[in-house]
Amino acid sequence: MTTRVLVPSGVLGLGFERAALARGVAARPDIICIDGGSTDSGPFALGAGQSKYSRAATKSEWRALMQARMAAGVPLVIGTAGTCGTDATVDWMYQITAELAAELGQTLRVARLYSSQPAARVIAALAAGRVHALTPAPEISAPRLRALSNIVALAGAEQIQAALATGADIVIAGRTTDTATIAALPLARGDHAGAVWHGAKIAECGALCSTNPTSGVIVVDFDATGFTVEPMAEGACCTPHSVSAHMLYENADPFILHEPGGHLDVRGAHYRALDRRRVRVEGSNWVPGRYTVKLEGAALAGYQTTILALLRDPHYVAHARDWVARLQGYLAEQITARMGLAPADYSLEFRLIGVDGGLGALENRSGAPVEVGVLGIVAAATQDLAAEIGKLINPFVLHYPLTDSEELPTFAFPFSPATTDRGALYEFALNHVMELDDPMSAFRLTVSEVGDGTTK
Amino acid sequence: MARLSERVLKVRSKNAGPFWLTIDIFCGSAAAFAAVSAGLTTARVAALYATPEPLVKRFEIADLAVIKFSLPRPVVQGCRHDRDMHGAQWAVLLAEAELD
Repeated sequence: MTTRVLVPSGVLGLGFERAALARGVAARPDIICIDGGSTDSGPFALGAGQSKYSRAATKSEWRALMQARMAAGVPLVIGTAGTCGTDATVDWMYQITAELAAELGQTLRVARLYSSQPAARVIAALAAGRVHALTPAPEISAPRLRALSNIVALAGAEQIQAALATGADIVIAGRTTDTATIAALPLARGDHAGAVWHGAKIAECGALCSTNPTSGVIVVDFDATGFTVEPMAEGACCTPHSVSAHMLYENADPFILHEPGGHLDVRGAHYRALDRRRVRVEGSNWVPGRYTVKLEGAALAGYQTTILALLRDPHYVAHARDWVARLQGYLAEQITARMGLAPADYSLEFRLIGVDGGLGALENRSGAPVEVGVLGIVAAATQDLAAEIGKLINPFVLHYPLTDSEELPTFAFPFSPATTDRGALYEFALNHVMELDDPMSAFRLTVSEVGDGTTK
Repeated sequence: MARLSERVLKVRSKNAGPFWLTIDIFCGSAAAFAAVSAGLTTARVAALYATPEPLVKRFEIADLAVIKFSLPRPVVQGCRHDRDMHGAQWAVLLAEAELD
């Protein structure tokens, strides 16, 4: 049976062409799927359990998709809701959905799929030898797992299928693999598994696999032998090159993609242009394996305060590295003498913007910059402590001389106060998979009705 | 001798999850693909990113005229020492490398 999946864009919050979405709806899809997140912006979203995108952008795009869903009369699914897919961001997305349902006069059945993991579950699995490290993996232990601020498991197609089976109009899923929402329905309907996972991977970034990447909207048809992909924006085309090249994107291995319950192997895939805009792909292979779900976790790693000084004086620009080395030694003494802190109690790093700010020790070029930005980064166990260190170093970052025999310089501070408290610093703490006997055993489903004044 | 960027269409890098970096060289032609394939060793790439060579995965995709390298991120994404959250500027190190 052919299954037509409409993907409005690579992620909710990034925008899509409204005309292209309308064409996608007119193409009579069986389901509308969009991703809501990624780890690509770093560990903060998962650490804090917050969306990276603004509520306003999310709500305005979700409104358009809820209207498209109503027009198409098919389910709408979002995976990894609220950037990180924690229970908190699923509920945040649910609240937005409830508001919109009331505003749009829609009455809807909404399934929430929760992916957050209690530390105890992962600790028990670890003790049972059912948590396996990927390469490279941070060290884990029961105390370390208990200290993580959030742990999520990446749901696959099975959990999305369970959510769809509730008869939901909208599925708001916590952390899922990028491909799971797209793969769920075609797999449930018996389409070719290799084609389904391959097509889902091609489609998960929306129109990124086409010649007009920012237009967003694409449609994928899955069937018994392969898949066909077509962009919906006027003038956008999918070509065998644009489609096959997408397997390279953000993939460590361009031929193998691991999913819960197996992996996709596209080494046998062939890509054929059906016409100017559509590409047909056949020959991909799904290899069933052990049922594991990938885990993601974030840990609080302290609090930061930053300070930025600009060196424009040519003497200091030319000797910026020597100056910072001397300053750093002096500040370490001052922090110990005045605050009684040991070196292990905090960190203080200076990065030279204009010298090697982006690449650090890997930088292999040097030049003669006009100015150098000196970015000081303090980290400590509490924000108060980081802020206090920032205040202590502030006058020296402003005035410290290159040698004892020269008068005090004064550098350019762009801000008052000169320091900025950055808040919590999180770090990714898991690169592991967890075995499951039953795909739903680590996930929760809740179904409720919204709209028509029943939920505000 | 020429810089890689002078011989190919594009060199890009990006995170492949928080723990991996992947670098794609779009050669643009079969001739450039052959030149890069022969003139750029995996050891050279490993040295540029201060990564042990056995950890660097190399893929040569002739159909796309693409050579791809994947390696554990020089620092884990978002940790205190990370300078490039999306890993996109690391490509420049390779783009500026001289081909043998």
